[in-house]
Amino acid sequence: MINNSWQLFTTFGFFVVLLFACGAYCIIITRSMIRAIIGIELLIKAVTLLLAAVGYATGNSEFVQSLVITIIVIEVAVAATAAGIALCVFRRTDSLDVRSLRSLKG
Amino acid sequence: MKIDIDFILLVFTAIAALWTVVGRSLLKATIGLAVTSTLISILMFRLNSPLAAMFELSVCTGLITAVFVSTISLTKPLTHKEILQISKDRIKRYWYLPVMLVVIGIALMLVKVKQDFVIAPPAAVLDDVRTVLWSFRRLDLLGQVIILLAGAIGIVILFGEKKNDKQ
Repeated sequence: MINNSWQLFTTFGFFVVLLFACGAYCIIITRSMIRAIIGIELLIKAVTLLLAAVGYATGNSEFVQSLVITIIVIEVAVAATAAGIALCVFRRTDSLDVRSLRSLKG
Repeated sequence: MKIDIDFILLVFTAIAALWTVVGRSLLKATIGLAVTSTLISILMFRLNSPLAAMFELSVCTGLITAVFVSTISLTKPLTHKEILQISKDRIKRYWYLPVMLVVIGIALMLVKVKQDFVIAPPAAVLDDVRTVLWSFRRLDLLGQVIILLAGAIGIVILFGEKKNDKQ
């Protein structure tokens, strides 16, 4: 385990930013609803990893764990509901393209 | 040269995330996401967060992967020709994004940050995550229950087939 707190922050911070960039890139470039949900998942994972690293560095692991558990529960609900919406849209429009959601406007 | 195991795990996590994003197949992207989750849960174990790691491993690697695979199996896959066409369009439309990422990365590396920060000691010594959850974060627990119920109701409504679909 990395002992120096600053080194831990920089190492984990760099990879957290990379994970976040991957998720944001996925959301920006894709037109598939499922891939967009995967991008959101990557963003949430970056946040949970950063929280775990901060908890370790500051000695607040127990408190941070409770926050991470809450985030994971929200993540599951978001993923399942979003997947259900994607499925509903597919049944209606026969496509997973996000542009097909435009037809749902008012 | 000493290479820390955490660094190796972080590199593999980044590779898995990149594979998830770049891969053409949705199923492979889902598997990549599961691998990323597994590696993050290992990192959490090493960061002294075993309960969070267990949740990450069981829920994110298991349950969410199952949800994604079932959703993909219920939808129509794209043909190889369509996938190639989408990839070409994507490269044409968003060629500047990787360049932008590299430029921002270099700019951030050039920014000088003071390395003399001091980590504050924990406000209160909390020795057990269960104590934190049940004594200090009860509202979070209530929120979790409400979110889970809302999610369950949403899944039942959204995944449930209509009567007309069965006929």
